[in-house]
Amino acid sequence: MKRNFAAIVALMACAATSPLMAKDIPVAAGAGAQERLQEALILAQPGDVVMLAEGRFELTDGLSLDVAGVTVKGAGPTKSVLNFAGQLAAGEGLLVTSDNVVLRDFAVEDSKGDAIKSKGADNIVYHNIRVEWTGGPKETNGAYGIYPVESENVLIDSVLVIGASDAGIYVGQSRNIIVRDSIARFNVAGIEIENCFNADVHDNIATKNTGGILVFDLPNLPQQGGHNVRVFDNVVVENDTPNFAPKGNIVASVPAGTGVMVMANRDIEIFENVFDGNGSSNIMIIGYRQPFDDAKYQPMVRNVRISDNVHGKTGFAPKFDGGDMLAAAFGGTVPPIIWDGVGGADAGIVSSDGVPALSLGMTRPDQPMESAQPSLAKLDGNAAPKLPQIVMPEAMEAAIR
Amino acid sequence: MRALRVALALACVATLTSAHPAPPLVNDDAITAPGLPRALSEYRFFTGTGTASPSPQLIGYGLRSPLFSDYTEKQRFVYLPAGQRATVRDNGEVAFPQGAAIIKTFGVGQGAGFRPIETRVLLHRASGWEALPYVWNADGSDAALKVAGTRLALTVSRTSGAAVDISYAVPNKNQCKECHQSGSQIVPIGPVWMNMAFADPETETRFISRATMPGTALAKWPVWDDPKSGPLAVRARAYLHSNCAHCHNPAGSASNSGLYLSYSVADADTALGPYKRPVAAGRGSGGHDFAIAPGAPERSIMVHRMNSTEPGVAMPEVGRSLVHDEGVALIRSWIASLPAK
Repeated sequence: MKRNFAAIVALMACAATSPLMAKDIPVAAGAGAQERLQEALILAQPGDVVMLAEGRFELTDGLSLDVAGVTVKGAGPTKSVLNFAGQLAAGEGLLVTSDNVVLRDFAVEDSKGDAIKSKGADNIVYHNIRVEWTGGPKETNGAYGIYPVESENVLIDSVLVIGASDAGIYVGQSRNIIVRDSIARFNVAGIEIENCFNADVHDNIATKNTGGILVFDLPNLPQQGGHNVRVFDNVVVENDTPNFAPKGNIVASVPAGTGVMVMANRDIEIFENVFDGNGSSNIMIIGYRQPFDDAKYQPMVRNVRISDNVHGKTGFAPKFDGGDMLAAAFGGTVPPIIWDGVGGADAGIVSSDGVPALSLGMTRPDQPMESAQPSLAKLDGNAAPKLPQIVMPEAMEAAIR
Repeated sequence: MRALRVALALACVATLTSAHPAPPLVNDDAITAPGLPRALSEYRFFTGTGTASPSPQLIGYGLRSPLFSDYTEKQRFVYLPAGQRATVRDNGEVAFPQGAAIIKTFGVGQGAGFRPIETRVLLHRASGWEALPYVWNADGSDAALKVAGTRLALTVSRTSGAAVDISYAVPNKNQCKECHQSGSQIVPIGPVWMNMAFADPETETRFISRATMPGTALAKWPVWDDPKSGPLAVRARAYLHSNCAHCHNPAGSASNSGLYLSYSVADADTALGPYKRPVAAGRGSGGHDFAIAPGAPERSIMVHRMNSTEPGVAMPEVGRSLVHDEGVALIRSWIASLPAK
């Protein structure tokens, strides 16, 4: 008997650490949701699935998850809704700080700050999630919708983000990233990859934002030197919402009507996208234009390959300094590709799209527009994509199948 | 095993029959064993009602420049297991042995009128530090674990004496970590020797007798609101250290901001905020360009966020529902004193 008992104890101890014991933790919507859901997120064990019931969860504070290997799964992005309209504190709706987490099939509405942030959370999957500020585009909306930062292996798949006052889908200071099959609309930036290494942004729809897809790098941050980003097979159309970002933020400088903007990055590929109705320009390639104090920061853009994109109507309503004059000088519309010209031929900016490209003829990224020397540029050279495809660990792909 | 039980029983009897019963010893198992004790009483840090009678095994301390917590009063204790010592490192950080605990009680009222609201414990276990919040019941007989945190209606007194009703947030277990995080570890924040204070020389001597002190004496930091203790700039830096730097450091929760506010950061460093543009600030920017606009507090994001209670704008993000008027005034004066470039 004694030996049997010992064996059972040993078996239980073993099982406690293995996913065999993984369990579903159902959490109901309705009164008391804050403590009920937060407690479930704290007491969950690796492998567990926190199951959000159908209904509205009226939350009074930020939620957070710090247990690795947990899945948070709702009944669908219109059925399980985490509503933060009554939020009293915290910088975001849901914060994830553990690895190997899967977030899927629910919605976050009206968070006061960012909607879902994951920080230092490697191997994170966002799937079939809706984030929305329900009052439409407003400066008082939270900054980021989906916000992974300082993470390795980030998979964002089939999400919808509406109304972020900064970026709908924002990936910052991370490595190995896929953003795909998602929709961003009525945000300042639809999708933004900032200070990141190795990202694929593909098969997304970015529309009605101020700018569709941004690839930026900023100084004075722990990870900088953004590079190896591919933007392909996206539909980037009618990004014409006036910029509603609070001043001071870098996206407040993005002109309405921007398709794709690359700032201060290197080794970028933009191919097989469909552009239309972006009033400022389809593709803008510029350096960092603000003064900065950071010896390690590289403000100019190098090595951009542009190929096989479809360019519809563009450049008809340029919302950047000097845009009207440029449009007048180039026959009424601004060309679909604009480059600041910094670095000249050595910058390695090439296009085989067969549409006009404008160089601003600048010699420094922070040169004032008044002293620009705009001219049509020949961006000849081999524009064929050559960066490797980004691949996620198989378990992350399996989590959404 | 049986002998031990008898011995313990005898010890109990001895306690019961003694005229002045010795307080029970702190429960080392509750501190070190895995698991989450449901009641604060399980640790035996306090006897009787509330926190008025701490175990003589605890050593009380204070902070010269503390974190602002909605004008609540705080009591702090450290517990060192028998025979174990703390180590004050050369940089003033205090390293605690396994089995140590830090006990911080938030309450209202001063001196004998102190009424505890919640007690947060940091337990140094073999697996690292565990941070747990306990909420006191109405009669002060015990406090119950609230891993998910809670909100309590509370009346606090501003410095002026004016009473104000607030929704006081007891942090959940994860929020404890948000502030106490360093890399993947949880660490104590308060106990930095230069910022520690003791009620009397005897208590300080008691602490030192249980600690290995650095070879060179460390000068204490100024007291944030005492102009006699140091110039404006260092008092402001001491305040920022206690109120911001637990997240705003390269290994903290706000590492990605690149804004680092520890006391040791050089004044001219962009990381401290002068002419540093925001990242991920959203409407927290308040329309301003820089974390600190030297000479211009009214154009500094730091002041804007300290002066707000709106989630998404307010800094710190958790731990207060009121603006710390005196703290904001200090930072305003300091930024106003900085020369513009």
